[in-house]
Amino acid sequence: MTALKARGTMTRRELLSRSAAAGAAFVVGTGWVAGSNAAWAMEVAHLKPETMATLIQMARDIYPHDHVPTEFYAVAVKGYDAEDKAAAVEAGIAALDAAAQGKGHAGYLAMGWERDRVDVLRGMEDSAFFQTIRGGLVTGLYNQKAVWPLFGYEGESFSQGGYIDRGFNDINWL
Amino acid sequence: MAAPFELTDDSVVVIIGTGAGGGVLANELAQRGVSVVALEAGGRYFPEDYINDEWESFGQLAWLDTRTTSGDWRVAKDFSGLPAWIVKAVGGTTIHWAGASLRFQDHEWKAATTYGPVQGANLLDWPIDAAEMAPWYDLAETKLGVTRTGDRAGLPGNNNYLVFEKGAKALGYTEVHTGRMAINSADYDDRLACQQTGFCFQGCKWGAKWSAAYTDIPRGEATGNLEVRERCHAASVLHNDAGKVTGVEYFDAEGNLQFQAARAVCVAGNSFESPRLLLNSASSMFPDGLANSSGQVGRNYMRHMTGSVYGVFDKPVRMWRGTTMAGIIQDEARHDPSRGFVGGYELETLALGLPFMAAFLDPGGWGREFTTALDMYENMAGMWIVGEDMPQETNRVTLNHDVKDQYGLPVPNVHFSDHPNDVAMRNHAYARGKAVYEAVGATRTFPTPPYPSTHNLGTNRMSENPRDGVVNKWGQTHDIANLFVSDGSVFTTGAAENPTLTIVALAIRQADHIAGEISRGNL
Repeated sequence: MTALKARGTMTRRELLSRSAAAGAAFVVGTGWVAGSNAAWAMEVAHLKPETMATLIQMARDIYPHDHVPTEFYAVAVKGYDAEDKAAAVEAGIAALDAAAQGKGHAGYLAMGWERDRVDVLRGMEDSAFFQTIRGGLVTGLYNQKAVWPLFGYEGESFSQGGYIDRGFNDINWL
Repeated sequence: MAAPFELTDDSVVVIIGTGAGGGVLANELAQRGVSVVALEAGGRYFPEDYINDEWESFGQLAWLDTRTTSGDWRVAKDFSGLPAWIVKAVGGTTIHWAGASLRFQDHEWKAATTYGPVQGANLLDWPIDAAEMAPWYDLAETKLGVTRTGDRAGLPGNNNYLVFEKGAKALGYTEVHTGRMAINSADYDDRLACQQTGFCFQGCKWGAKWSAAYTDIPRGEATGNLEVRERCHAASVLHNDAGKVTGVEYFDAEGNLQFQAARAVCVAGNSFESPRLLLNSASSMFPDGLANSSGQVGRNYMRHMTGSVYGVFDKPVRMWRGTTMAGIIQDEARHDPSRGFVGGYELETLALGLPFMAAFLDPGGWGREFTTALDMYENMAGMWIVGEDMPQETNRVTLNHDVKDQYGLPVPNVHFSDHPNDVAMRNHAYARGKAVYEAVGATRTFPTPPYPSTHNLGTNRMSENPRDGVVNKWGQTHDIANLFVSDGSVFTTGAAENPTLTIVALAIRQADHIAGEISRGNL
């Protein structure tokens, strides 16, 4: 999480003054990508910032949860910004953009409707790249402790003495 | 603590594995004055070490040595290197198990006779029956402190159970309760009562659930007759020219090959490692592996017919709170071929945390069909299906000579395909599970495929006739008098019930037999 800067470290105006839009959800600059709401920003050292922005959108399109802010998806794929992984990711995202272009769009991020992006993903569902990203997200996204409360999941309870006095049988609608 | 036994001490019984079979056998022999060396491939963890976090705990406890898979089961596609979710630690899978402790139904000891011929199934009657096992079940239930046996009360029902119970009763099911569980409903045997913490599968941090890790094994060690050697991986069982086993070669914690002499050897490494060890022990006298004159070593692998049903409701359930599996419907466990299959199944409550739900609800699934399910995680209830699967000769553990483990030994390949009876039973159970939840107002249900196997049975099966199996009614191999098998691999058929109680009962019975044979001078 260290590479993700908290909301408020940069104003939206500052962000936009130093950057270019990448799709509607992202802005990118030299060596960084951020949410266009300025809620988060992430440094990228090995991937092109546009590539990381596309990868984050791809992650959201694979496992879309509308109540989960994009920064959790950014954390989930942050590990791909690594020297030994960058070439494969650049190639995979290039293929994604090429597939989008084949359907008459400027690129993956330029497709405004999720269903159009999902069509592209379905077309590459069996590729090693897609399966690597999808498989990695199962733990990369859902095993973030910070994401658990957004699903109501409470995690461990031993430190609070379990649920014996805290609602293990508190269902009230049956 | 036991004083270490010498490597050359051939008066000891060597037990390989310390789970429900080996761990109990080790203590029961030690209590009867028999000297025991137990070799355990894993390390030692106590309740204070257990981690209530699904993936972290998995990394701590799971057996992750390389294995390969084949066959048409979905596990071979989605979890190709992980055919089973079992534990590598002192105490084995008794750390992870849910605690469900059910006796076989009487007819399940005689599946071949009861069910008659089933095409493609290698059914066989056990060489023992319900009457013979009853006193050993009594001892096992007392040891484990099973609820709803003896004078022990049942556990209270959690939210997940209350949804399940209401649906079950609406359908007219009558055998519905919070289970017979080796989880204390009140303090028992120096172990606390259940605190409804969840995470039963990650090791009980209260010690409320029975595990050999903190009961049988330390009690055996306290006698001075049991030495447990941790992080010691058995490589092969050796024998002499007379065809008797002489001891076990193993890799110690430093990776050095050692040889422990033995009066007798008991293999209890679970249904993958036990046949693997016998096959890896092949010699010029036994070219097909030890105890394999029948050709049945590794065959008839069973994993129970399993699956899960999750239901989503319009209000919260919070199924993860409380005991993970304290809830059962037993009405479908009977043998009633009018349903379109032989044998029966149990429905048991089950909850997964969000991380494991994401991994197991629909492995490989993605997109909104998948994520809208997880969005409703807080409103989900869950149940597990466990039923009798058909033994098939072609479902088997073999050595994969193309893939070697960290010791250079061929890894086990696990081949499994469902029998048509398994498929028919699963489809019936999916429909009943869905009906249970819809009777309480479920808005959506999920027939979830089997997870990597937790019940691994049958690869060294027990038989009356040496031609049909690997061991006799005492777990003694037909071929070699001082070589025994002491785990779930001896199961002739699987029955519908969770197997641990039966493994424990068989281990107590086997200990009594081995100690008797030693005192009679026969071993």
